[in-house]
Amino acid sequence: MGNLTPELSELRDETRELARSYGLDCYEVIFELVDHDELNMVASYGGFPTRYPHWRFGMEYEQLSKSYAWGLSKIYELVINNDPCYAYLMRSNSVTEQKLVMAHVYGHCDFFKNNAWFSKTSRKMMDVLANHGSHVRRYMDRYGAEQVEDFIDVVHSIDNLIDPYSPFIRRDDGARAATEDGPTVIKKIAAKDYMDRFINPPSFLASEKQRLLKEQAQQLRFPQRPARDVLKFLLDNAPLQSWQQDILAMLREEAYYFAPQGMTKIMNEGWAVYWHSKLMTRHLCDASEVVHYCDTHSGTLASRPGQINPYKMGVELFRDIEERWDHGRFGPEFQACDDPEVRRKWSQKTMQGRQRIFEVRRIYNDVTFIDEFVTPEFANAQKMFVYGTNSTTGQLEIVDRDYRKVKDQLLTALTNFGNPIIRVVDGNFRNRGELYLVHDWAGADLQLEHAHLTLHNLQRLWGRPVHIETKDGGKGRLLSHDGKEATATDITPSSLGALALGQGTLPS
Amino acid sequence: MSKVRRIDQDHTRFRKIVRGQIKQHLKQFISSGELIGKQGEKYVSIPMPQIALPKFRFGDNQKNGVGQGEGANGEPVPGQQGPGSGAAGETEGKHTLEVDVSLADLAKILGEELELPNIEPRGRKNLRASAGRFTGISRSGPQSLRHFRRTFIEALKRQIASGTYDKDNPIILPVREDMRYRSEKPREVPQASAAIIYMMDVSGSMGREQKEMVRIQAFWIDTWLRQQYQNIEVCYIVHDAAAHIVDQHTFFHLRESGGTKISSAYELCQQQIRDKYPAGEWNVYPFHFSDGDNWSSRDTERCIELLKSSILPDVNQFCYGQVKSSYGSGQFKKDLDAVFRSDPKVITSDILDRDGILTSIKAFLGGGR
Repeated sequence: MGNLTPELSELRDETRELARSYGLDCYEVIFELVDHDELNMVASYGGFPTRYPHWRFGMEYEQLSKSYAWGLSKIYELVINNDPCYAYLMRSNSVTEQKLVMAHVYGHCDFFKNNAWFSKTSRKMMDVLANHGSHVRRYMDRYGAEQVEDFIDVVHSIDNLIDPYSPFIRRDDGARAATEDGPTVIKKIAAKDYMDRFINPPSFLASEKQRLLKEQAQQLRFPQRPARDVLKFLLDNAPLQSWQQDILAMLREEAYYFAPQGMTKIMNEGWAVYWHSKLMTRHLCDASEVVHYCDTHSGTLASRPGQINPYKMGVELFRDIEERWDHGRFGPEFQACDDPEVRRKWSQKTMQGRQRIFEVRRIYNDVTFIDEFVTPEFANAQKMFVYGTNSTTGQLEIVDRDYRKVKDQLLTALTNFGNPIIRVVDGNFRNRGELYLVHDWAGADLQLEHAHLTLHNLQRLWGRPVHIETKDGGKGRLLSHDGKEATATDITPSSLGALALGQGTLPS
Repeated sequence: MSKVRRIDQDHTRFRKIVRGQIKQHLKQFISSGELIGKQGEKYVSIPMPQIALPKFRFGDNQKNGVGQGEGANGEPVPGQQGPGSGAAGETEGKHTLEVDVSLADLAKILGEELELPNIEPRGRKNLRASAGRFTGISRSGPQSLRHFRRTFIEALKRQIASGTYDKDNPIILPVREDMRYRSEKPREVPQASAAIIYMMDVSGSMGREQKEMVRIQAFWIDTWLRQQYQNIEVCYIVHDAAAHIVDQHTFFHLRESGGTKISSAYELCQQQIRDKYPAGEWNVYPFHFSDGDNWSSRDTERCIELLKSSILPDVNQFCYGQVKSSYGSGQFKKDLDAVFRSDPKVITSDILDRDGILTSIKAFLGGGR
């Protein structure tokens, strides 16, 4: 398997054994040696050369090829979350770079295998996507390439409307069947007769009745609970032909497969950098290669002032965690201490650093990672700041260096991969089969032009008018599309909107 | 890899969509003039927001984030454009998709949309350079050009036909008659040169918008003619009461005041043709843009005289575009029309507004001369 040269396969074996000796736990990794054009091609398909045909990949390819040709960018490494793991090495890389990339890849592979957020992803995605590809090709033959492509365009336009947490939620699908029969019976708490009016007082019964009525009202709602997985809702309820359903289901599956990579970008890259740097500097790098290695490595970690480089951020945070747990800078005692001088000198030889970072890579995602481990010292050492736009000059300006603000800003940007959170609240709005979505507005407005176009795409799937409740410039807005034209009306936040946020009381 | 790669199919499809989008929005591209300035030697970047798939996403209204680096509160984030580099507010956060399209493709699309005929070059139009490529096959030739596969196929055919082919012992021996060689096929490349002479009235009555319209039109005429001729030279003449040869930048930005004596430009044009672009070797295209006001009717007569006697015989066609301005009387076009209505070499057109550019281009280039 793979097509490595003898020299490179020897290196691979060496790297693999080293990684294993440090406790990295990887799938088998198959390295493919490719030239830059092949690499650009594979990268255009998101790493899967067998994916379904779509012009978007062609566009991606054009951009990658050009930016490679002009020397603007070069893809070093591409690794696929799959069992076995596939990774691509660029033929023109120097041996030093190949070493670095291999070590980096083993870091990623360990992360894929062990991070909890990846636990629900299919590890046979190579095959799954190849199947998707052949399905789509078959549909194109049968229903016409244009029509199928058109449908794929529409689905792509909404494929960020998924709930990345849903693979971890067990929905009780049997609930409906169980409660469907019989009128509402208020269940009393079992008690002896003489105790009954104490244990089940009228006030309790009344509140219990209220609760049941509410539950019942909920049952009548459609969907029963506001649904973040809009794709699923459409899959179950939109009037689609079977090939359309199949394509929607496939693209949804792909969206869920890629979601954890978006959720753990900083951690994943940080982890891979941590390990390539450890393996390279401790073992793999010859003295003659040091300068070349440093050059490549620093290229990876370079950060521009106005931006966060996930590689840099991730690895620094992992190293910081390791150091803190090596020196006992954790726990309630440390947290309670707010004397910076004491905190700085805090040292107990706990030496749990390595163990701790392995734990962290197992259970955290970017949001929890940042939230838990960015400390005032870390933000300070990394010279992190929040910037904003100066309204008079239009320039970006440093606003604050307070680590809480920094953290807040980072978390906001990372929440839902920087996408708006949108839920289906009503699939039978106005009792006319219209679809009502609510944007969980948290400070940032939607891009309205795009929103209208996206709404139109949703409308094409749903067949009936669709609406989305959002805010624009601080005021409530309802965007609608009935298939012919887009409209926007000012509204006051509705009970449906409140419902989406889980605050509402239901009309009984 | 001889196999058609998947990505090539997707890439072709993408280019097709791009082409379709340009065609569909050509009028808009032409009238907005946004392509000018995004043009390089061979390519032009075309902004194509239509092609990006829409998604629910956040707008650009709140630009804040986290960065790393030095600096105190209130200091600008390092590494961004400084103040005075202009238009910061215009471009911020807009990542409009831009697609590179070759000018050749763009001209082709323009031609298809406007149904422009290809130009039959005049003069030494049959002069063709041979730029041979080895695409032919011949029975004789030097050993260095021996076509291995074809030779063996011939030998195989001969052996099968003569029954000497043994499939258990498939030894194929070519003999002299089987030998095939690559041969050069001459490819004919038209060698025609063209000169475009742009003349523009820069008198006080031609405002910015008028010049912009001229500029847009000149861009598209250039694009088209460059596809029709290998060698193109462009000459710019501005005139008010007197005419000057200027460079491109000046041509579009110069603003004079004062009177208009069109004949001055025509004289200069005639002189240029005589000195630099003799009709025997050049296909000459003079374009004149003005708002139609001339100094006097005597001067108009002089212009007509110049056209008749010396310019028209030496050019492929003469185009006059009259840009509407709030001052111009538009008399000049009427005068020209009165005299040259039946002459196919003279084309006049009114450009009322930006939307009129398209029809004007069609009028100018639709004759295929």
